[in-house]
Amino acid sequence: MLYSKRDRSIALSGFDLKTIGPTLCIRSALTLSGVRFCGFGSRIGVGMEVEIDQAETSRWGAGVIPYTKMGFWQPDYEPKDSDILAAFRITPQPNVPPEEAGAAVAGESSTATWTVVWTDRLTSYEHYQAKCYRVDPVPGNPEQFIAYIAYDLDLFEEGSIANMTSSIIGNVFGFKALKALRLEDLRIPPHYTKTFQGPPHGIVMEREYLNKFGRPLLGATIKPKLGLSARNYGRVVYEGLRGGLDFTKDDENINSQPFMRWRDRFLYCMEGVQMAQAETGEVKGHYLNITAGTMEEMYERAEFAKELGSVVVMIDLTIGYTAMTSMSKWCRRNGVLLHLHRAGHSTFTRQKSHGVNFRVLAKWSRLIGVDHIHAGTIVGKLEGDPNSVQGYYDTLRLDKVSANPVRGLYFDQDWASMPGVMPVASGGIHAGQMHQLLHYLGDDVILQFGGGTIGHPMGIAAGASANRVALEAMVKARNEGRDFLQEGEVILRKAAQGSPELEAALDVWGSITFDYESTDTPDVVATPSF
Amino acid sequence: MRITQGAFSFLPDLSDEEILAQVSYSLNSGWSVSVEFTDDPHPRNTYWSMWGLPMFDLSEPAGVLEEINRCRQTYPNHYIRVNAFDSSYGRQTTALSFIVNRPADEPGFRLSRSEGHDRRINYSITSYASEKPSGQRY
Repeated sequence: MLYSKRDRSIALSGFDLKTIGPTLCIRSALTLSGVRFCGFGSRIGVGMEVEIDQAETSRWGAGVIPYTKMGFWQPDYEPKDSDILAAFRITPQPNVPPEEAGAAVAGESSTATWTVVWTDRLTSYEHYQAKCYRVDPVPGNPEQFIAYIAYDLDLFEEGSIANMTSSIIGNVFGFKALKALRLEDLRIPPHYTKTFQGPPHGIVMEREYLNKFGRPLLGATIKPKLGLSARNYGRVVYEGLRGGLDFTKDDENINSQPFMRWRDRFLYCMEGVQMAQAETGEVKGHYLNITAGTMEEMYERAEFAKELGSVVVMIDLTIGYTAMTSMSKWCRRNGVLLHLHRAGHSTFTRQKSHGVNFRVLAKWSRLIGVDHIHAGTIVGKLEGDPNSVQGYYDTLRLDKVSANPVRGLYFDQDWASMPGVMPVASGGIHAGQMHQLLHYLGDDVILQFGGGTIGHPMGIAAGASANRVALEAMVKARNEGRDFLQEGEVILRKAAQGSPELEAALDVWGSITFDYESTDTPDVVATPSF
Repeated sequence: MRITQGAFSFLPDLSDEEILAQVSYSLNSGWSVSVEFTDDPHPRNTYWSMWGLPMFDLSEPAGVLEEINRCRQTYPNHYIRVNAFDSSYGRQTTALSFIVNRPADEPGFRLSRSEGHDRRINYSITSYASEKPSGQRY
């Protein structure tokens, strides 16, 4: 299950709790006996200013004792198949031993509070305690450790990501004994997965519904993001779709502002969608963003989108996990695809030392049930290390995902046949990168070229055609056995001979790249660089 | 107009050699290939007529091309598509679909609007060709 079986390098007994924190004063000698709740020992909590005079007190005496001694550190624990497992990147305060920090995270994200409570004894507390069962140093980073914690299935309400997040990330991230804390990955067992239905449609059903097979889908976000009137906005939708896109998209902050109210937008967008369908003979869609201030308003907007014949609606991550879940169920009931824009996620996913890795958010989103989620481009303008992004794509699309430290995947993940989520690549990508996009991201992805469509010198429809020609040419070349990654530019230029639109796109954007160092890369093993 | 269903409709029509390459790719991927035809290309027409069963046990792409050409000879003015079906667990769906034959003239679709209350419009799409009975359309 774990991807390496290193010997635990950290001694379990004999460490000196005097080193726990600069403010501690401990007179009693401590030994860890290796037996939980073993009788007598001094109690101390990390980061606490306490002084303990008595040499020996019991596990249940009033006061503060180390989390490691309260059962939250169990190096011999064998996780059960039904446990939810978490990998946390912990950065303890100076002199806090990593096991104590890991045990503290386990404690604060399950049963513990800062001091002993006698009411624990009214419960089968050993069952409900999370157990930190392993702590590994992070190579090349002496401050950080990866702590593995097992949570019993009973800790979580069925079908509620709100409950799961409140448990695992609810309280512990502000804990003083840690300088920083990051949830890197979760192993979610089928026992819990099966309490969710997942995506309302999933990749397979979506493709059958849209009648589009064997190539990535194409989209574009309507620009400018703000200020277009509904009538002009619908024009951009129409031009993009008739030119060759499968989808167009509202941006995350297009909701219902004074310059364009939602109902007007929906009416004009659907006029554009319907006209484009008639002109191409293809099924088309526009992600109508139904994000609003209340659930009641969101349902009203979703109902109207459905009445107008839209195949898809869209929500922002900012509406919250429960609202997302409610909209997922609405979409399944009503046969409408659900697109998720991960608005705001970088506030907690981007920094390596603190927050929640996007792969965890990807797992929650698959359980909640969305049909599309933005998951990175690798080559575009937004953050995304190639290995990590490919790990996110695996997490969203595959049924059984093996632990893969190179891609940042800490655990095996069995989705128990839950349908896959279509990842969306959006942000600073253009037709000239088609070979790289196809190579890194594969077929089951929506490639969204906003500026790369709407900024085309010959117009929006021409921009859409350029992208579609480039895409089809690259897929065809790949299927023919060409080394398309190496020959990409040649393949595109050849295709452009029959497409002045593609030729113009390559002339304008062909040389644009976004080469910045990623702030977040997998580091638990040596990874190849791209 | 040119109907742009299928994976390669924005490229020039595929030659027999190019079709063979796509069929080879499909067979090498473990997919079974089938041929379908229609004279009703409405975007919601899911079930085109099958030109025989999917060729489950065929491993030679030349045999598929032979079937495509026989279908073309019988229905020179129909839409004909090649599908590759992936029966593997977790997919069990079409993996690739592309058009290999189309009518000389494609009249396209009429978009009908019926106006409802509160500015609602109900849309429907009708193929101009499908106003004639099947078999007399193109």
